[in-house]
Amino acid sequence: MLLVLGRRLANVVPTMLAVVALVFLLFSVLPGSFISGMNEDGRSAMDPAVMERMRKEMGLDDPLLERFAKYVANTARGDLGTSFRTREPVTKMLSGRIWPSLKLVLAAMTFAILVGVTLGFLAALRPGSWIDTASMVGAISGLSLSQFWFGLMLMYLFALKLQWLPSFGYGDGGLRNLVLPAIALGVGPMALLARTTRAAVLDVLNADFVRTARSKGMSERRVVEWHVLRNALVLVITIVGLQFGSLMGQAVVVEKLFAWPGVGSLMVDSVFQRDMPTVQGCILMIVLFFLVINTLVDLAYVVIDPRIRYQ
Amino acid sequence: MSMAIKLPRLRLKGGTSLWVGGGLVATAITAAILAPVIALTDPVMDANLMNAEIAPCWEYPFGTDAQGRDIYSRIVYGARISLSVGIISQVCNSLIGVTLGLTAGYWGGWWDDLVSGLTNLMLAIPSLVFALAIMAILGPGLVSLVIALGLTSWSYSCRIARAQVLSLKSQGYIQAARILGYGDLRIMFTQVLPNILGPLIVIATLGMGGAILAEAALSFLGLGIRPPFPSWGSMLSEARDQITTAPWLSVFPGLAIFFTVLGLNLLGDGLRDILDPQSTTRRN
Amino acid sequence: MTPPLLKVEDLRIALAGDGVTYNAVEGVSFEIGRGEAFGLVGESGCGKSITALSVMGLLRRPLSLGGGRIVLDGQEIQDVPAAEMRRLRGKRIAMIFQEPMTALNPLSPVGRQIAEMFVLHQGAGWSEAMDRAEDALRQVRVPSPERRIRDYPHQLSGGMRQRVMIAIALACGPDLLVADEPTTALDVTVQAEIIDLIAELCAAKGTAVLMISHDLGLVANMCKRVAVMYAGRIVESQVADAIFARPSHPYTQGLIDSLPRLGERSRRGRQRLREITGVVPSIQAYPAGCRFNPRCPAVTDICRTNVPEATSLPADGLVRCHHHG
Repeated sequence: MLLVLGRRLANVVPTMLAVVALVFLLFSVLPGSFISGMNEDGRSAMDPAVMERMRKEMGLDDPLLERFAKYVANTARGDLGTSFRTREPVTKMLSGRIWPSLKLVLAAMTFAILVGVTLGFLAALRPGSWIDTASMVGAISGLSLSQFWFGLMLMYLFALKLQWLPSFGYGDGGLRNLVLPAIALGVGPMALLARTTRAAVLDVLNADFVRTARSKGMSERRVVEWHVLRNALVLVITIVGLQFGSLMGQAVVVEKLFAWPGVGSLMVDSVFQRDMPTVQGCILMIVLFFLVINTLVDLAYVVIDPRIRYQ
Repeated sequence: MSMAIKLPRLRLKGGTSLWVGGGLVATAITAAILAPVIALTDPVMDANLMNAEIAPCWEYPFGTDAQGRDIYSRIVYGARISLSVGIISQVCNSLIGVTLGLTAGYWGGWWDDLVSGLTNLMLAIPSLVFALAIMAILGPGLVSLVIALGLTSWSYSCRIARAQVLSLKSQGYIQAARILGYGDLRIMFTQVLPNILGPLIVIATLGMGGAILAEAALSFLGLGIRPPFPSWGSMLSEARDQITTAPWLSVFPGLAIFFTVLGLNLLGDGLRDILDPQSTTRRN
Repeated sequence: MTPPLLKVEDLRIALAGDGVTYNAVEGVSFEIGRGEAFGLVGESGCGKSITALSVMGLLRRPLSLGGGRIVLDGQEIQDVPAAEMRRLRGKRIAMIFQEPMTALNPLSPVGRQIAEMFVLHQGAGWSEAMDRAEDALRQVRVPSPERRIRDYPHQLSGGMRQRVMIAIALACGPDLLVADEPTTALDVTVQAEIIDLIAELCAAKGTAVLMISHDLGLVANMCKRVAVMYAGRIVESQVADAIFARPSHPYTQGLIDSLPRLGERSRRGRQRLREITGVVPSIQAYPAGCRFNPRCPAVTDICRTNVPEATSLPADGLVRCHHHG
């Protein structure tokens, strides 16, 4: 367990470093960022003297490598710079946003797993039945949905027409406010999980050890509970881990739609305000989050699959 | 006798997704090409405040927006933008992916390590977040949108190209071609590329659906196509504030996105059964 | 004479393919007495494994039972309700499969996989069942069973895994053990140990065995009677000793000739093993007449048109060949 954790962490650190480098390069080498951007924007045309002072203050005139070294060192210490807009440390701005984002993403994934895996299972156990056809049509539709549009439709139906739930906002952060954005965000991974689970279960149902289980005189239900479930789960977990990535990408749009105060909506706002340090911070935060979750997924593997444990 | 009847029926069933998907995609492409012919009004210029926010009726099948523009006509023109963004960005992604994958697998060494590292890096950053970052630097607009989407999801085609080169290498084909005096580039493009065309087409088809969804999302955020030009995403962006008074403004562009992407996904699934029979679930 | 434990009569197994149904197995009949070891021999693809699965009631699409009777201890079991068949399976008839690598669940400790039998059929609790699983492992001579019960299949060697399979199959003291090529996937050195173990345990418990193999020598050593299958039909069945002494069907003769035999060299000097030319036809392309005719050294015109009738041999034996007698 510790060994796997160690190996994973040894993988996370270089990836994170590479992402930091990429982000630094993108924002420092490409034109149109930082100071020049603030100027061209039109809304914030600045006195050349002020610009000169700012360039100096931010060290933008130093050689690239030196700036990069400083950036990495600062980032490693948890210093992500100062927001152009609010003049607050980016770390501080992010800290209030993490928990709402985490809550939304986890709620969406929970919804996706509960509904998607269940549908996939039911479909696989009765291939060709109406429930199989319905879930697979539902799955391909879910994959084709624009998640923010689906959110908009949910908002219209459940908040504006039926008035069952609040239409947007964080409120007290409770379940009532969470339901609609979580479903809107979760529908994509749900659809993919339904398809993968169906394929995984069908695969396992054809395995030799399932025939052995049947030869023992087990009912189909026992066969599924004792032998199919766990084996199919191993395959499903991989997809769950991979899906977190696109889920967090989509979360940016869904957060914006539902005015959810997470990292994603902070990022969108900062893009509009050309607040580059904050945009950078948000990207790093999202990537870090993704890597941490993938590490957790790997640990879940170890718990479920003994073959990895003894390697 | 029963054999003669049953066989074709089975085949048709396997191809349902291909035909339905192909039909939906063909409809969208036809709409985009024939937009000036089948649109009822000009999508941008024909604003008439007298006709503002009319619910769907005979004259305006999908209703009109706050400026009195016909939604149906705007959706038909919007197909041009969505489809071209989808096609151009997928062409970019395939070119980048195939070039990197072929050269990495062929030359190996530090170049291969670098490309593999880059591929893993791309997988660690959610592509929509990456695209958003590029849009932040380049500023909003159609061109930056295409660049952002064309640069951010080449990892799948890269992996397939690389794997194919490595497998041909291990079978000795490449060495044989080299002994025959073929140049590196000639080997890559005449010996390797034809072998991966099938999977690449499948990936590009499915990726096009993803690109259209991403275009809609970025335009919805206000970073892609700016109003008044009609893209499905920008229409939704405008429609959002009127959802209570004029829900049809949101419903129809969303359905257009849905059916187009559904068509591409079904087409991709169907093509995979024909072109790429070994693979099971190679999706994002 | 006491009634046989298992009686298979005119068994037909249907294979559904593109709108046509083929008979993968047809006209197969045999009997196994209580405690008797019976061998079913043939090349792969001749239908012996699916015959075994049909006895277990485990045929799955596209295969299904097309006709015939399977009688276990006087009870017809070919179409009993699924729930009743489940009670028989594992408890009265048990099965060992060819591939010990894949026949065990990779994510479940082997002890648990044995213990399931006691929970399923004898209403034992899990802790009691685990204790008995340990005993069962000891009986199949797995060293230090108290530790092994917690191991996962991937931690055991192929031979050990097959011992676990035997422990599972014999856990509830079945009347009949169906062993489908139990040693084919194992190292040669381990094969004999496993066969001896099966023979010894079944003899001790009075369990009848339906041994399925492509290896006539192995089957003849262990079984009292042997049936030879070719392309979905039984072509010859005899007492094991007699089949070596007086093979009556050209196919059986071919199988015997392809075996390495002790003493051969001293009599005739070094001699190459002979093989039967050609391959087993696929189910979709069974030839007309005697199905062995394309490969038979003694083929004549009648073989290509007429299906040979069964001819009796001494001691309840039979042969299906136009040229016999």
